[in-house]
Amino acid sequence: MAAGEAPGTGMRVKSLFFAIYRDILGRDELEIELPEGSNVGALIEAVRAHGAADKLPGHVVVAVNQDYASLETVLVDGDEVAFIPPIAGG
Amino acid sequence: MFVTITHEPIDTSGLVRRVRSDADGAVILFTGVVRNHHDGRQVVALRYEAYEAMASDKLRAICASVAGAYEVTDLAVAHRIGELTIGDVSVAIAVSAPHRDAAYKASREVIERLKREVPIWKLERYADGEEAWVKGCIPEPG
Repeated sequence: MAAGEAPGTGMRVKSLFFAIYRDILGRDELEIELPEGSNVGALIEAVRAHGAADKLPGHVVVAVNQDYASLETVLVDGDEVAFIPPIAGG
Repeated sequence: MFVTITHEPIDTSGLVRRVRSDADGAVILFTGVVRNHHDGRQVVALRYEAYEAMASDKLRAICASVAGAYEVTDLAVAHRIGELTIGDVSVAIAVSAPHRDAAYKASREVIERLKREVPIWKLERYADGEEAWVKGCIPEPG
């Protein structure tokens, strides 16, 4: 936590949306404020409250700071959470 | 080891030159190429998109893991993103090894893991003017 910040304030997390998820949401990123200590599952629920995000599939895979992460992964201020649609490289 | 996610056409012979050494008896070059059909529909073009930083990291991790599992000398992988047309090389994997068996196996493992782990997506454009994101596979953490 940065000096001078009061304890218990929220944290800001940046979500990234790619490919079909970007098309569904109509945007490629979204900054959301969450209570400190929130996990990936809480972020996904917060994202679902935005616009067309309720049309995201029931289960989404995410990467936190470029590593695949579980719903239980605890987030910290400034994390980058990418919503990863089913992949089709090659 | 060399890994790139690039908007430019892939220089496949450059990849081969990167990995070959005088101790190698085998160099395998695999290329994935854009084809003109998928699920019975005529495809005229593709657009690849990547979460570039993560895709590079994942590819490097895959190459390091495969290099540790087989008797190979070196690996080089390039994946192209952006607009591609039929016949374009979308991915190329060069593997060098003293003997062919390890080179074949390592090459195969890199492409299979790339398809399961690396965050890249493909939009198909069809002859009838429609387009759609290819239904991919749920990524598996490596």
